[in-house]
Amino acid sequence: MEDIVERFLAGNRRALARVISRIENETPEGREYLRQLYPHSGRAHTIGVTGSAGAGKSTLTGALAAEYRRHGKTVGIVAVDPSSPFTQGAILGDRIRMQDLALDEGVFVRSMAGRGALGGLAPSINDVVAAVDAFGFDYIIIETVGAGQDEVEIAGTAMTTVLVNNPGTGDDIQAMKAGILEIADVLVVNKADHPGADTLASQLQGLLNLSPKDMRRPPIVKTVSTRGEGMQELAAAIAEHREYLDEHGLLQQQREKNARHQVLSAARAILLQRIQAATPDEQLDGLVQRVASRDLDPHTAAEELANVVSG
Amino acid sequence: MTAPAQTKPRVLIAKPGLDGHDRGAKVVARALRDGGCEVIYTGIRQTPEMIAEAALQEDVDVVGLSILSGAHLELFPRVVEELKKRDLDDVLLFCGGIIPDEDTAELEKLGFKAIFRPGTDTRDIVKFVYDNASKS
Ligand SMILES: Nc1nc2c(ncn2[C@@H]2O[C@H](COP(=O)(O)OP(=O)(O)OP(=O)(O)O)[C@@H](O)[C@H]2O)c(=O)[nH]1
Ligand SMILES: [Mg+2]
Repeated sequence: MEDIVERFLAGNRRALARVISRIENETPEGREYLRQLYPHSGRAHTIGVTGSAGAGKSTLTGALAAEYRRHGKTVGIVAVDPSSPFTQGAILGDRIRMQDLALDEGVFVRSMAGRGALGGLAPSINDVVAAVDAFGFDYIIIETVGAGQDEVEIAGTAMTTVLVNNPGTGDDIQAMKAGILEIADVLVVNKADHPGADTLASQLQGLLNLSPKDMRRPPIVKTVSTRGEGMQELAAAIAEHREYLDEHGLLQQQREKNARHQVLSAARAILLQRIQAATPDEQLDGLVQRVASRDLDPHTAAEELANVVSG
Repeated sequence: MTAPAQTKPRVLIAKPGLDGHDRGAKVVARALRDGGCEVIYTGIRQTPEMIAEAALQEDVDVVGLSILSGAHLELFPRVVEELKKRDLDDVLLFCGGIIPDEDTAELEKLGFKAIFRPGTDTRDIVKFVYDNASKS
């Protein structure tokens, strides 16, 4: 066990890959690795890339990573695709769009299945990102499919959230009105080679102009990810957001907020485990039966379960 | 609701070489997904180095190679060599596509545990993966 952590810290990529699997599978070794590696994390600039299916998130992620590589920076990429709710299986295809980086020693790409986590991100995403961070990459890009709630989740995990939009898909603007703009730190109009890019950009600008004066207005960047166009501007917008966070002391605030969320949700999971471990199946079945037949309400039943650990 | 440790196989499906048809590879990827596997699909025109590097980064238990071009005896040994270079000798290897019977022995010697030819029931592929993948 020491050995793999040592190899990890010495920069061995196989060790990184293995550590991620153990953490992702929530094994006891995984917990131990994370415990040892966590103090090494927190140095990378983490960037969330979200947006609807097919918006060009993977292509953009690859092109942005290539831009960072041109400046000699290293990049870890974690790309999340959804799991099938029926079979728990998944096809993880984001690498297809990142082929130019396939043999670059300064880049590490890891695909992750959502595994049914609420909010669409994978359950262990924060832990996996911490491990990739501990490996020492300058940037970590986290790609996730946006479907409403997920954008909010990614905003908790990443320092800078990039929301990818496409021209000619009117529903984007609708979705924005539902508050999604508030979590976007940089807005991208990708596929700017398609008609309607300028229209979308000015619609977005119009929307931003409605937001309160004291709120930071995210910049809008037009990109053609397939040709790498707009990547310099995107990297600059991301850097500018990082400076904004630093200047206003917001990074620490964001970290504390995310830490609180993680600690509480881990605590919730531990309590649930303890309750389940201390509850014989028959007792749970009995309570379930009573709730199902309306003999008991769910909250009273839950109190009864929870008493095992609080008492 | 304690998230049970996922022990389902993680599989890389890759297409080495220059032929541009990946229908077969996609059918296999989907069948494995439907069987509960997490399948990493990397697309067409992969070099042996790219395949091995993806297997390393993704920490897969299984690598399945699909080929139609007839270049398997040229490309597969190079994939195996690149995997070895990265200490990935323990992954389960299988292949599929247009592969003449007379090449079976040579591929088995290379370490391929199964060869699936056109017409294979995809359920057999899923079963093969579950029966043989050791979650390390
Ligand atoms: N014309 C044009 N096509 C693009 C651009 N960016 C991406 N695409 C294409 O859009 C399609 C989807 O791109 P992806 O990068 O896979 O999109 P994604 O958002 O990662 O997709 P999911 O992960 O499946 O949600 C591909 O065919 C890309 O080649 C662009 O700037 N212009
Ligand atoms: Mg993608």
